[in-house]
Amino acid sequence: MDATARTERRTAGRTRRILKDRLRTIAPFATLVFLVAFFGIASPSFLSFANLQNVLQQISITGIMAVGLTFVILCAEIDLSVAAIANVAGVVIAFFTVQDSSVNIANIPLSGGWAILLGFAASFLLGGVNAAATTMIGLPSFITTLAMLEIGAGICAVLVRGQIAYAVPPLIQTLGSGSIGPVPWIAVMAALVMLISHLVLRYTRFGRYVYMVGGNREAAEYSGVNVRWIVNSVLIISAVCSGFAGMLGVAHFGSAQQNEFDNYLLDSIAAVVVGGTSLFGGSGGIGETIIGLLVLGVLNNGLDHVSIDSFVKILIRGLILLAALIINIYAQRLRESGAAA
Amino acid sequence: MEGEQPKPLLELRGISKSFGGVAALREVDFTLSEGEIHGLVGENGAGKSTLMKIIAGVHAAYQGRMQLAGRPVSFTSARDARDAGIGMVHQELSLVPQLTVAENVFLGAQPLTRFGTVDWPRMRREAARELESLGIEADPAAILGTLPLGLQQLIELARVLFSGARIIILDEPTSALSPPEIERLFSLLRRLRESGRSIIFISHFLDDVLQISDSVTVFRNGRRIAHAAVPTIDKAWLIENMIGRDHGELADSYVNRVELRGRPETDVALEVEGLSLTGAFSDISFRLHSGEVLGIYGFMGSGQLELAKSLFGRRPAERGTLRLAGRPVRLSSTSRARRAGLAFVPESRRSMLFAQEPVYKNVSIAILDHIHRFMLRPARERTIAHARIGDLGIRPPSAEIRLGALSGGNQQKVALAKWLTRQPLVLILSEPTRGMDVGAKEDVVRIIRKVRDEGIGVIVISTEPETVLSLADRILVMKKGAMTREFAAQWVGKDELLAAA
Ligand SMILES: Nc1ncnc2c1ncn2[C@@H]1O[C@H](COP(=O)(O)OP(=O)(O)OP(=O)(O)O)[C@@H](O)[C@H]1O
Ligand SMILES: [Mg+2]
Repeated sequence: MDATARTERRTAGRTRRILKDRLRTIAPFATLVFLVAFFGIASPSFLSFANLQNVLQQISITGIMAVGLTFVILCAEIDLSVAAIANVAGVVIAFFTVQDSSVNIANIPLSGGWAILLGFAASFLLGGVNAAATTMIGLPSFITTLAMLEIGAGICAVLVRGQIAYAVPPLIQTLGSGSIGPVPWIAVMAALVMLISHLVLRYTRFGRYVYMVGGNREAAEYSGVNVRWIVNSVLIISAVCSGFAGMLGVAHFGSAQQNEFDNYLLDSIAAVVVGGTSLFGGSGGIGETIIGLLVLGVLNNGLDHVSIDSFVKILIRGLILLAALIINIYAQRLRESGAAA
Repeated sequence: MEGEQPKPLLELRGISKSFGGVAALREVDFTLSEGEIHGLVGENGAGKSTLMKIIAGVHAAYQGRMQLAGRPVSFTSARDARDAGIGMVHQELSLVPQLTVAENVFLGAQPLTRFGTVDWPRMRREAARELESLGIEADPAAILGTLPLGLQQLIELARVLFSGARIIILDEPTSALSPPEIERLFSLLRRLRESGRSIIFISHFLDDVLQISDSVTVFRNGRRIAHAAVPTIDKAWLIENMIGRDHGELADSYVNRVELRGRPETDVALEVEGLSLTGAFSDISFRLHSGEVLGIYGFMGSGQLELAKSLFGRRPAERGTLRLAGRPVRLSSTSRARRAGLAFVPESRRSMLFAQEPVYKNVSIAILDHIHRFMLRPARERTIAHARIGDLGIRPPSAEIRLGALSGGNQQKVALAKWLTRQPLVLILSEPTRGMDVGAKEDVVRIIRKVRDEGIGVIVISTEPETVLSLADRILVMKKGAMTREFAAQWVGKDELLAAA
């Protein structure tokens, strides 16, 4: 083999290796660029400023939930109760706010601050139950949070009894549906949650432990990391994020009712996974989740701008999700074979 | 010297392999004859495992030629190599801890029924028979991950030995075994040789290599340095070729008898009384002084590895008391144990290290709370990691490299490095030199002595007499879960230890 051929092969090998290493982050980003370009060309209204605002608003609620879920998935756990807990928090603040006399629920009006506090307390508590069942009893988080999904739905049903409540505390009303200048408050809130979470994951000891527990739980344990405490924390963080999303969501939609957030469970898990955070824990982060959110947001919004049968839309979303899962698992295989080699 | 050998079964010519521009193998030639046991030795990172992975089809991209039975071959996957009759026991176990012993023995080759489903009864029966013929006492229905590392290693051996492979590669198969298992393994290897199989045997136990091999190849720095038939060479020759200079004292540092120092006049760092854990050990009592190295020796399954885990709060004991520096403690979790001043390196690297993370994060994980209460200080982490890389001679000397890219012995050094920065009261080391080359073992001896002289109480637990002898000031022997003998302030050698165990 002559020298040039050898160097060429070596560079080709290196490029391939870099591509392999980054597959999980490059693929979602490429998808995003492709989707934006595609919808931009297919529909002139897609790239308008107003629509951009729209996309931001649409992904904000999912975004806050997905951030909490990112913590959980980084730890190699799962939280299926995010939407249910969001629903509970939303219903709780409505329950503790004065409702119009036409709303026929036995609510207990408190001042806005208390209602918000109780909303957070409820989500914290439900997250705590998830955590206790997972780390103390030792059930898989898949099972505990599945049960919590039902429990949450039950709590909402009991509180609103099939009714719809409309009023929420004024602060939540502003944050959920107001805007400062051209920017919706809810997007600002989502950005804030993302920023804080990113800083926590990247720059704090706790954040490092989250990655290490997800990367190799046994090794974390042998390094003296309090693994239980970390798993407890991520499940509670996830629940509190969901609760916050739920309160804002109720203001955003202008109503609190049962099953209000059911679609959001799949969307938020999808955002995390499409973004490239490993389902096996230990790699990924908020940056990835943001890309995932944008992919899903652009896709959902863009499909509205081109005329496609709404049933086909569901199919397309499903296919994108499938592709993301395949890439996620394929990337994990590469990582593992890299580790063994 | 290769003239009168039988015909070559496997021939490699001019093999080169590099990882990201760093050469792991340079123009290596290697020949394996039919029916021979071929020893392979070299320092940590010399490229032994890399060459074996090329033969076993794990690394498909390399330069050079490979011939099997006279025909050129190029494997693109481990399956290819297996189909060609090549089986490998990896340095890092490649079994599935969640599956049962029987499933692991037949991994990827389960016996099937007529209907194409897995024939479970037959699988269990055959697994039981195969394990028994190897003298392995393991319930085929047990979950692999719950068994001690040495037993897992034997089961992986069983899997490859009985797969019918013509060429069997054993990459440090004895690193977690105790002398009786090693003897059993060797007699099995000899039987396999008789039946015409060829075996490549990698180990850092040079005595073992000389005992079992027909010929030995020495690697250094990615190059094949020497090859010779066994009767013509000795340990000094091996070491000289491995490290490239005369280093006579290394050769006999382990074989001789040693004089134990005995108990120092210092405070008691750890006092253990009546510790029991069902199925592992019972009524264990001893005292560890600060500034001494206490060796605990026992054969595989004597309960000493479980004792270590239990002391670190991983599997809390059911009965008994612990006192750390005079104060009674209850260690119900590892994080408590760490805060109380204990440090622990378990025998299994897989359960100690983060393969995907860079070296510095692996080193710093146990001391993050000392660096800062809440925040990360990556610059500090790197400084510390660099210091440890220097102390322990970790190669390549980079804090950024992914841990999984280090050679086996270098990974072990990182596992040790993790606890050396934090000044614990008591440092518990389970098989601390597993997989390290002779030079690195010397370094570890030096480092542990330094730690001891700083006043830390050190417990060294091992199934290798050499490890305990080279490190300990005082030795306790465990047998079937009980303490049976103490050696202190006296001369002792391998034979006495073996007799007591
Ligand atoms: N997957 C990988 N990526 C990058 N570098 C690697 C990889 N595998 C091995 N190396 C490097 O190749 C060199 C040879 O490693 P190898 O594992 O073959 O050593 P070894 O002789 O088996 O050592 P040991 O006795 O410690 O097991 C080392 O420098 C190692 O860091
Ligand atoms: Mg090796």
